[in-house]
This record gives sequence, structure tokens and C-alpha cells, in this order.
Amino acid sequence: MGASSQLSRRDFLKTGATIGAGLTIAFYLPSRLTALAFGETPSDAGVFAPNGWVHIGTDGVVTLTVDKSEMGQGVNTALPMLIAEELDVDFDNVRAGATPVNPAGWARRMGTGGSSSVRGSYDMLRKVGATARAMLVAAAAQQWGVDASGCRTEHGAVIHTATKRTLAYGQLAQRAATLPVPSDPPLKDPKDFRLLGTPVPRTDTPLKVNGTAQFGIDTRRPGMLYASIERSPAFGGTVKHVDDSRAKGMPGVRRVVTIGQTPDERKVGRTQNGVAVVADHYWQAYTARRALHVEWNPGPNGSLDSAGIHAQLAELAEKPGVQARKEGDAEAAMTGAARTVKAVYEVPYLAHATMEPMNCTADVRPDGCDVWAPTQGQSGTQRAAAAITGLPVEKVRVHTTFLGGGFGRRSETDFVSEAVRLSKELGAPVQVIFSREDDVRYDFYRPTTYNRFAAALDAGGNPVAWTHRIVGPSIAVSKGRHPRNGIDGSLVEGAANVPYGIPNILVEQTIADLPIPLGYWRSVGNSHNSFVTEAFFDEMAHAAGKDPYELRRALLRDQPRHLRVLDLAAEKAGWGKRLPEGRSRGIAVAEAFGSYVAEVAEISLARDGKPTVHRVVCAVDCGPIVNPNTIEAQMAGGIVYGLSAALYGEITIDHGGVRQGNFDGYPVVRMNEMPAVEVHIVRSTDKQGGIGEPGVPPIAPAVTNAILAATGTPVRQLPIIQNGKSRVAMG
Amino acid sequence: MSTLTITVNGRRHTVDVAPDTPLLWVLRDTLNMTGTKFGCGMALCGACTVHLGGTPVRSCSTPVSAAVHQPVTTIEALAGQEIGQRLQQAWIEEEVPQCGYCQSGQLMSAAALLANHPKPTDADIDAAMSGNICRCGTYQRMRRAIHRAAETEVSHGR
Repeated sequence: MGASSQLSRRDFLKTGATIGAGLTIAFYLPSRLTALAFGETPSDAGVFAPNGWVHIGTDGVVTLTVDKSEMGQGVNTALPMLIAEELDVDFDNVRAGATPVNPAGWARRMGTGGSSSVRGSYDMLRKVGATARAMLVAAAAQQWGVDASGCRTEHGAVIHTATKRTLAYGQLAQRAATLPVPSDPPLKDPKDFRLLGTPVPRTDTPLKVNGTAQFGIDTRRPGMLYASIERSPAFGGTVKHVDDSRAKGMPGVRRVVTIGQTPDERKVGRTQNGVAVVADHYWQAYTARRALHVEWNPGPNGSLDSAGIHAQLAELAEKPGVQARKEGDAEAAMTGAARTVKAVYEVPYLAHATMEPMNCTADVRPDGCDVWAPTQGQSGTQRAAAAITGLPVEKVRVHTTFLGGGFGRRSETDFVSEAVRLSKELGAPVQVIFSREDDVRYDFYRPTTYNRFAAALDAGGNPVAWTHRIVGPSIAVSKGRHPRNGIDGSLVEGAANVPYGIPNILVEQTIADLPIPLGYWRSVGNSHNSFVTEAFFDEMAHAAGKDPYELRRALLRDQPRHLRVLDLAAEKAGWGKRLPEGRSRGIAVAEAFGSYVAEVAEISLARDGKPTVHRVVCAVDCGPIVNPNTIEAQMAGGIVYGLSAALYGEITIDHGGVRQGNFDGYPVVRMNEMPAVEVHIVRSTDKQGGIGEPGVPPIAPAVTNAILAATGTPVRQLPIIQNGKSRVAMG
Repeated sequence: MSTLTITVNGRRHTVDVAPDTPLLWVLRDTLNMTGTKFGCGMALCGACTVHLGGTPVRSCSTPVSAAVHQPVTTIEALAGQEIGQRLQQAWIEEEVPQCGYCQSGQLMSAAALLANHPKPTDADIDAAMSGNICRCGTYQRMRRAIHRAAETEVSHGR
């Protein structure tokens, strides 16, 4: 076993003997970014409680153990790169270890979200790598009886420069573990980086081209049963009567179980009441489920529909809301203006529709519980399972699989609760699988919002006032939290921080009380606010007779990072240059999760008003670059995700439930609609931002602004194509 | 329930399932071959694509009884084909997958495309690949990877 060092200072770093032979360094990653994403209160108990480990084995293999889920964003590659850089070890010898199974033993809430994994770890993981390197150098110097200053490191070895003697890290790890931990090892000058900023191949790619990558749905346990659940058609409905006589007699069926909500779940909308069929195979469970006859009490929401929701939001928008931002006196400026522009913008509820439908496998035994889940929220998963089983949290082990997409959906725990409950009931491992219809109808949706805008222009067409009233349901409130000062930061992000230098700004927010479950949808509030603000901006520019790019430039004089990506995207897209007949361009810019992104969309319109997006030019400034290959992938992916929503995405409510069910009613962009996407990454030493989400916000307004440029008529409502018909008015 | 014999990746398997059970669930649950994925259950997303007698089919909507007389090929055997190997290598070189969940189906569709069109145009790629959804949005890299495997060029100007 590796020895542990005696570091008594309360600090980030300690060595420990927890992982095996070699050198282990434990460290603490703060939770601030995660707290922002999940509304958690950061705690500081004043006690060193590690939540990350780097282990250097006697074989020289470096293993990094942290709490991040791999859902396609490349975190299993990016985080080990940070260690490998400072440690001077070849990337082939660095691994991402399995996510630890006991979130309760973790010093922060365990989860992945808010585009925070890299920016929340960048400084610390580099420091950990530098610390390990310094200890390995000290161990070599001690062994050789030389001064450490005469040693250097490369390719996972320490070299004594004068004598060219070499010791590999694996040979030094045991000795290094006995040495003191240096308090402030030097970090590399970024100009000396070998790995950071270079396109390192993802470590998970080979597994994902031959079918061996293990997703949640691929979990197999001895004696495992499968469940398919018929849930209340209206949110909050209850089971009135179940006739399971046919279902029970069908092949493979083990049990039909009525699942009720616990009081806490009803409050926060975690799961819906339902009837589960548990069988030997999924298809048997699903087939028997369809043979159930369930009568439902629709509950309090049985008559709710989209028209009613729209009317409620529109009515709330008549009255002033809570002020999220106030500068100058917008109303006075509006009165004295040469010209005003007014508009209402609306966005619908959206589903996440990850490729892997929601699923979870649970094995509840008297002495403990194991959960295999494709989850972004291990801590919540553990707590949900503990609450249902009555077991102490540390008796619940959470096994994190690959996630077949996350996008925020997998930070919820509804699918976990259902699997745990059924396993407890059956006394066997149970895998719950959502059908695609279940996945679309029992999601936690991106909120619908209704937005009243007004802008005032002076005689020269310069904007002098901007007012924006956002009305919509609140994610925080839907999860039982009370936003501070009445402002839900998620509902106003991307709107309250509108970046333009307009002297009078008023942004208000009104929270609507609606029972539809809500959740974090890739880029959260930015996903709707970027659309409504950037589209209204072009409407304002159009009214002023100004070029929307030039007007943005003028009003972003004091926002250098916005300006830099705006200019870069415009330049690469050839803004202002002639386009082929029938083509038009639109531009939009946004800051989200600390990164700055501008996108230019080039489109044409068919006679029926349907747009084709031919090309998207994207410029991004996310500060220091880790893996440019991943940045490019995440931006292109965000563009496709946002484009699917802009073109087609809409969840409508009927009788208190969701009308759409599969990819026919909830279409997404496919290969034949894929624009040519170019991503240009700004070399930047500014503060680092996230990369998983910021590609999404600008695409919808870039496309609708291109439509405005082509037709002179703004698109004020998404999706652009509703039920196969375009909203675009052709002249 | 009835006893059926199907050939998957060159191996014969006798399974005891209802004959209308979708091939997908026989592969995943009965034969424990989990590389083929469930995505929609309605042949709308392509995640479950396998080859039946060399033709790409959506196994979620193909009854297992349809596989009694034709051999099934799945992602687990893709590396055993020359085209499959080329595609997998191209997928790795272009770093196509993100979450990776749809990629088995994407590769099976791409393999069928190259078997029929060794030098596909972008229009051929659109036609063969538009039945497969990728929510991570890896379409552009897939297009490049198919061209790389086929040694053809991406045409510009959509």
C-alpha cells in the first residue's frame, strides 16, 4: 500500500492510501459552479474532505477519479488532459477512473451540469498535476542524492539532466508517497503546453464504434426483470381502477404494481402515478402494459391545455413584474422617443429527447441497494433511493454508466425512484425502460415563455430604451425552491444581462403558476431569452433602417468579448458580401455559462415558407482552450440541438398531459437538413467559460433574423414550422 | 411463445419467444447483444438498425419471425467486414461519436450505404442516413467519415 503523508494544513491536497500501491493525491474541487447550476447552497465545513483523487501506480498509469458523468461532452478526456499536461506524462497513460459509488461520502453535491466540469476544475487539476510532478521529482532527487533543481520531467519520467539518469514515475510513486506535499508547486507557462489546446483523441471513441460502450439500458444483472409503466395521462392524476386481468396472464409477466407518489414527490413533481408491469423481458412487460385497462382520476390539471396556458401568460403580461434589471428610466424615455417598436415573442415547452430513453436498474436488498443509472445527478439519485428504501444513504451505491445524452434531463431522479420502488416490491433487480412516448410525455420540460418588448429609438434611429417583460413558469419553483427576491435566475438569464449599451433598460419577470414539470434544458434560460432578445433586436434594427451587425457593433463598444466573436463570425461568414439569389443571412450573439458565441446563419426559403439552413458560421471565446476538437463538436452539436428546437420543437398540453409522443410529432434535424457548420475558436486568455451549452442560444435568432432579412417580417414565435406548416409569411 | 431459430453474425440461436417480438428485443434481452440500441420503437430514429440478409432494417419494428430465413448482422460483427472496418476507422479518425448511443445504428446504415454505393455522393449519404437521428448533432462528422472511408470528397454548397 502507498504511504500517506502528514499534511496537517487545511488545504486542497493530501496523500492517502485509499486507492492502492503508488502515490495518491486527494484534493477538493469547490462546488460553486455546480451550485449555480443546481441551486445548491455551497457549504464550507472547515474540514478537509476530498472529492477527487489522482493515483500514480507503480506501473506508471495515472488515474483521475472525479465525479463527472460522460454524456458525450468529452469530460473523460478533457479532465485527464489537465493532469497529464502539468505532470508531463503521455496521455496514453492517463485514465478517467469510474465515478465513485457513494455520493454521500463526497464533499460536494455529485453531479454534472451547468457547463461547469472543465472551468470548475481547470486550476485545481493543473495544480494537482504539478504537485504530483514535484513530489516525483523530489523522490528521484532523493534516490539519486542530487538536487531537485537539476532534474526535469518528460514522458512520465524524471531525468537528471547532468548525468542523463532516468527513473519512470512508476518506479518513483512509492517513494514519492512518503514525501511532504509541496504547498505551491509552479504551474507551466501556457506557452509551454504540449497537450492543452491540441486536439487530443477522445478515450471513449473506440468503445462507441463497436457497440461495447455500456449505457444505462445495457445494464444486466442476474435475475433481472424489466418494467414498463403506464403513467397518468394528466400530470398529477391518480389511478381510479386497474383491470389487469388480461395483462397478468400474458407470457413472462411477474407482477402488476400500482405506483403512487409520495407526498414529497407530489410536491415537486418528481414522478407520476402509474401502473407498472414487471416481466422477464422488456417486450413482454410493454405488451402486457398495453393490455391494461386503467381508469384515471384526472386530478386538478385534467382540463389544462396550451390555449389556457397561453391565455394565462398573456394576462399576467399585462401587469408589471418583478424588476430583474433597471437602468435609467425606460418608461420616460419611451414617452419622449421619436419612434417606438413593440412586439410579443413566445416560445413553447420543449422536451429533451435524449437518444437513450430514460431508464434505470435497481437492486434493493435488505442490507443495501445498488443503482445503475445513466445520471447527471448521483447525489440526488442516492437520496431518492435512500428515501424509498429507508436505507441509510451510504448503503445506496450509485453506479454511473455512459449516458446516451443528458442535456439536463438526467439530472432528474424520477426514473431512479421508479426502478428502486419496483425492485423493492419485487425483491429482484428491476430495469425500468421508458418507451419513446414515455420519454417525451414524462419529461421535465423547458419552460414556455411569453415576452412583451418595447424599444425606443431617437431621431437618428439609435435605441435609447429597451423594456422586456418575461412571463413564464419557474424551474426553481417547480422543484420546491423559493427564488431570492422573487427572481428566478434561470428564467431571466440571457435577458436581464442583455449586453447592449442602451441607456434605459427595464427587464421584468413574472412567474406563472403552472403544474407542468420543468427542468434544465441545454442552456436553460438562455435557450429562450437569446431567441427573444436577439430576434427583437433585429426587429428594432430593421425599424431603424440599420444593419443588424453594425448596430450590434455600435452597442457592444464596451463589451470586448462579445465584439470579438461577433466580428470574427461576421468576417468568416462574409457579412455584407453578395449572396446567391434567394439566400439571406442572420446574425446573433450571446454570452452563456461564461463563454461568448456569435453565429451567422445563411438560409433560403421555399415557396411554402420553409427555411433551409445552408451554412452556420460560429465564433466562440471560451477562454483558455483544453481540447479544440471537443469545442468544435460541442458547438456544432449545440447548433443542431438549438436548430431542431427552432425549426420543429414544441410540446403542447391537452387535458393536462403532453400531446406529442415520438419523433413524428416531435421532429428533430436529420442528416439531410444538416447545414455546413464552421467553428472558429478565439485564442483567449480571458476567464474560462463552459462549452456544453453555449452553442445553443444564438442559433434560433440567427435563423429567424435571416428570415426577417429575406421577408421583412419577423418570426415572433417558435417553432418556425408547426405541424408541418411554416409560420413564415411569404410575400 | 414458440421456438425459432435465427442466425446472428454467423451463429445459429434457438430462441423461445412470441414470433411477433421485435428482433431488437430478442437481440438485446434474449441473446444479450446490447450493441443494438432502442430509440423509438417506431422505425423513426434508426438507433436499432441491423442488416437482415444484407439490407438495413429497423429491428424495433421487424418481428423476429422475419429473421428466420435471412441472416442477421449487428454492430458486434461490423469489424468482421472490410467495409465495417474502414468505417469504424474513419469514425475514430473523424472523432464522430459524442454520447455514442445512436452510433451503432448510424454505422450499420453507413455500412449498407457503402455496400451499395462504394463511392457515395452527398445526396446518397442524405438518402441513406436521414433515417438515423443523432441528438448530439454529429451529422457533419459522420458525413466526413463516410467520405473518408469511401475515399470520396465532401461536396460544398448545400
